[in-house]
Amino acid sequence: MNEITVLYSNTIAGDADAVVENIQSALDANINPEKILNEGMIAAMQEVGRLFEEGEYFVPEMLIAGRAMQAGLNLLRPHLLDSEVGKVGKVVIGTVQGDLHDIGKNLVGLMLEGAGFDVIDLGTDVTPDQFVEAAKENDAKLVGLSALLTTTMPNMEKTVDAFRAAGMADTVNIMVGGAPVTQEYTDKIGADGFGQDASRAVSVAKDLLSRFED
Amino acid sequence: MSENQKTILSFKDKSVEIHRDGPTVMIGERINPTGRKVVLAALKEGDFEMVRQDAIKQVEAGATVLDVNAGVPGADEVALLSQVMQEVMSVVDVPLCIDTANPQALEAALKLYEGKALINSVNGEEKSLETVLPIAKEYGAAIIGLCMDDDGIPATPELRLKVAEKLIERAAKYGIPVEDVVIDPLAMTMGADHTAGLTTLKTIELIVAEFGVNITMGASNISFGMPDRKYLNSTYMAVAIHTGLTCPITNPLVTEINTAVLATDLSLGKDEYGMRWIKAFRKRKKAQE
Repeated sequence: MNEITVLYSNTIAGDADAVVENIQSALDANINPEKILNEGMIAAMQEVGRLFEEGEYFVPEMLIAGRAMQAGLNLLRPHLLDSEVGKVGKVVIGTVQGDLHDIGKNLVGLMLEGAGFDVIDLGTDVTPDQFVEAAKENDAKLVGLSALLTTTMPNMEKTVDAFRAAGMADTVNIMVGGAPVTQEYTDKIGADGFGQDASRAVSVAKDLLSRFED
Repeated sequence: MSENQKTILSFKDKSVEIHRDGPTVMIGERINPTGRKVVLAALKEGDFEMVRQDAIKQVEAGATVLDVNAGVPGADEVALLSQVMQEVMSVVDVPLCIDTANPQALEAALKLYEGKALINSVNGEEKSLETVLPIAKEYGAAIIGLCMDDDGIPATPELRLKVAEKLIERAAKYGIPVEDVVIDPLAMTMGADHTAGLTTLKTIELIVAEFGVNITMGASNISFGMPDRKYLNSTYMAVAIHTGLTCPITNPLVTEINTAVLATDLSLGKDEYGMRWIKAFRKRKKAQE
């Protein structure tokens, strides 16, 4: 097996130590760092997302795969051209005000990172203003809101409204997700996209960003 | 070691005692639209049949207190919570655990409730303490205190104990006695951190040793993101009861959980002559016929 294939399977297995070793030997073998990133890790995280979507993989497996990927990225980053890191786009994510649940949001963050996004994670209990500020500051075109509680879900709407009030409705796309969130609710509050789960959030994110390319 | 406290809840002439030497009190969790899309849809439509059925079934399955939550996005929670409570009280006569983050909804619910309710919940945040404790005092209700404060959820058992201490002290200042403070040590999911279950158990141990208060928790969260959740939930339930959990907020309709609670009670000498165990067996047998 070549380095990339081994890296691919170790990323899926979530073996961080092995992933770091594989990347080192791939670099030693003069394999193109972009190839290591794209074919070794991004492809692996895509497969992890598919396994999760199909109910084959569970949360801990997704988390350790994500951690393995992050460990690998730390080693690989200095070797990548600046333009390659987070080249897909910038995304600001966070759990809305009043809500401390972060598992879903963290999974989305890992999957987006695994798909090549530059992820700015604001954590939990994030106010509408904090989202707006962070999007401005980082010049992010995409914002992801998470909520687990039916009682904090209305703060998604407030956040969407805050972007509108800041005159950013046309320059920033907002995607939402979390246990109580539905497509219907997404449409109702005027958000731009709905991620059914962490894996599907990635395709929604890519789709939303592509709107800016037209 | 502190002496074990006894919390007494009531509804009209019925009362329920929560005590570490007595049977584990199952607080039925089903009347809650969070994570239950059918309930959410029904409540939005003003259809309360499912609420009434959930109340009846849970009590039949052994719940002796029912949690009532009406957090429907976009709805008027003040009116809706009162309405849901009315529906529940029209079909069962057990004490209720009023589950809301909205002080107006809480007050309206307590106004129409006859007896001593359990409030779900207050936490260590200043805003929460100052809003909820006076209401609890005014209506003579018991309260569930969550081990979190302005800084979020503490990572260690020792820090969660500190929050429990603060909750008990602040309640006392408002004239709410320690036996009416039920502490929730917070169960985070083992799906994200495999030591989360242990952290919660250690928290229970510390709080019980220090204050002897009753302990509740929403124990199903522990298995979020994991397969075969009912086995994890039921085993964790048994271990937690042994550690000091006295009134879990749970789903009594899940056989694995229900039997785990009863088997643990019998194992710990809380089921005289094993009568509750036998009765539950007959009920399951009959249901199969």
